[in-house]
Amino acid sequence: MSNILIPTVIFALMSAIFALLLTIADRTVNNYGEVKMTINEEKEYTVEGGSTLLSTLIEEKIFIPSACGGKGTCGYCKVQIDEGGGPVLATEMTHLTEDDLKNNVRLSCQCKVKQDIKIQIPEELFNVREYDAVVENITDLTDVIKLLRFKLPEDAEINFKPGQYVQLKAPIYEGNDEEVYRAYSIASSPTMKNYLELVIGYVPEGIATTYVHRHLTVGDEVSINGPYGDFHYHDNDREMIMVATGTGVAPILSLLNYMKEHNIKRKARFYFGAKTPKDLFMLDYFKELEETLFDFKFIPTLSRVTDDDDWDGERGRVNNAIDKLLEDGEDKEGYLCGNEAMIESVVKSLTSKGVPEELIYYDKF
Amino acid sequence: MIELNPMIIFVAAIFTNNMIFSNFLGMCSYIAVSKEITTSLGLGQAVTFVLACTAVINYFIYYYILIPFNLEFLRFIIFIISIAAFVQLLEMILERYLPNLYYALGIFLPLITVNCAILGVSLFMIIRNYTFLQSFAFSVGSGIGWTLAIVALAGIRQRIKIASVPKGLQGPGIALITTGLMALAFIGFSGIVQIQ
Ligand SMILES: Cc1cc2nc3c(=O)[nH]c(=O)nc-3n(C[C@H](O)[C@H](O)[C@H](O)COP(=O)(O)OP(=O)(O)OC[C@H]3O[C@@H](n4cnc5c(N)ncnc54)[C@H](O)[C@@H]3O)c2cc1C
Ligand code: FES
Repeated sequence: MSNILIPTVIFALMSAIFALLLTIADRTVNNYGEVKMTINEEKEYTVEGGSTLLSTLIEEKIFIPSACGGKGTCGYCKVQIDEGGGPVLATEMTHLTEDDLKNNVRLSCQCKVKQDIKIQIPEELFNVREYDAVVENITDLTDVIKLLRFKLPEDAEINFKPGQYVQLKAPIYEGNDEEVYRAYSIASSPTMKNYLELVIGYVPEGIATTYVHRHLTVGDEVSINGPYGDFHYHDNDREMIMVATGTGVAPILSLLNYMKEHNIKRKARFYFGAKTPKDLFMLDYFKELEETLFDFKFIPTLSRVTDDDDWDGERGRVNNAIDKLLEDGEDKEGYLCGNEAMIESVVKSLTSKGVPEELIYYDKF
Repeated sequence: MIELNPMIIFVAAIFTNNMIFSNFLGMCSYIAVSKEITTSLGLGQAVTFVLACTAVINYFIYYYILIPFNLEFLRFIIFIISIAAFVQLLEMILERYLPNLYYALGIFLPLITVNCAILGVSLFMIIRNYTFLQSFAFSVGSGIGWTLAIVALAGIRQRIKIASVPKGLQGPGIALITTGLMALAFIGFSGIVQIQ
């Protein structure tokens, strides 16, 4: 009998001793206690030490953009840490520029909060919330672009500037085994605090867009957080040159809706670039805005029309249309949204007409 | 058995009875982490430290608990548990006090737990009836030997990176061939000392 008993008891005892040791270590070595987190030298939080800065901030309901979910691969979660960040880690180095290093900018998903910490984050981020939104409506704008309308929870409101974007969470679904966040510009006007409209294009094999286009149906719940972004409406009297291709129309829609609702009396031109007539959408709506807005002109341009197409609008790429129609850049500012190549060529066209580079705002999709 | 001087065991463990080149133990992390000299040096230090500490712990467990109760047959499982617990502990301590090393090692630190070189050293010292001092010399020597091997391979691999290795042999393939050649070279040391 003791043949079985003694080994069992000794084995159990030794395992228990190791377990006890580990528990004690967990309570002492791993316990960083309560630490003080100071944000922008004014707001103070008492937080439990030991987790990453990103998750500590999320605990306090402060959302920092993060597209990779804290894996240290997207480089979005940058935060300036003035005190208490510890040494820069090898995992951060690939995402930090020399300027970042000089200004104490770090990846918040990699730094752990282990001592009192002082950080700086843009004031707008305090405005960022997470919402469980319900899909209320899905409309096909073209074969590959959908307009989605999301209803926010009853008691929630979103405050944003026209032009800003939100992050949509694509959950795990069949064929995709990771949660990802992707940026989508808000198409609705900020006066609609209870709804959000997004214009989402289909990217073949894209994680989020496949989810939206193939899996999402009316009534589904999704997680959205925001708003984020420096691309937004600037209030002044300059003439607005808006340029968009594809889903880049989304933030422009938000700007135009905002201007319409607030009866803003500003001259504005909107160049909508596409390849063929079937890539254009909401044409009636933009035509209607020409009537209702103060001084607005809608200029669709197509780069791949043939003589068989019934098309009497501009031809060629958008930058050609700007070269042709824009007289001079004085008193104007640019709002551009779309792919990188378009933005680069349009910035060139605008600056050559004399629009100051710092007055050209854009979001590269 | 002739009483071997711990110093002899120490030198033998590094050169003639190298864990990698003569026993081929601890190969998985040896191949996986040997891409850069700095990280492999870090891992080598961690392995050496874990080896020395676990050998001491296991020595006492074996001679003061298992032998008195006639439980030698439990040594495999008990050694594995003590190594696992120790690595966990080390992980917490590194994270707190040496975060840079902790992040540099990343996933490989927990992997030390399943590094067969660590268990191998604890078992060798018992099979070979080493005294406490001999065991300690053997474990530190083995750790240094392992470090020497991985750092040498990392140095070679950093060079191989710019060579045109045939496609099918790139990565682990060429690393294993290199290891074979290095092992042949290490046989050259075998005239110095020999241990059992
Ligand atoms: C500030 C901002 C605002 C944005 N607003 C919008 C918006 O209003 N509407 C919208 O539809 N998108 C918008 N985007 C783009 C969006 O965030 C996603 O990048 C896009 O929807 C693809 O996500 P995915 O998960 O489906 O593809 P992923 O899984 O990320 O990518 C799959 C593959 O497609 C490639 N790929 C990714 N994006 C594109 C692309 N645009 N064209 C071609 N290939 C691509 C990738 O390199 C990869 O190989 C915005 C991006 C930014 C940064
Ligand atoms: S969240 Fe992606 S790098 Fe930090």
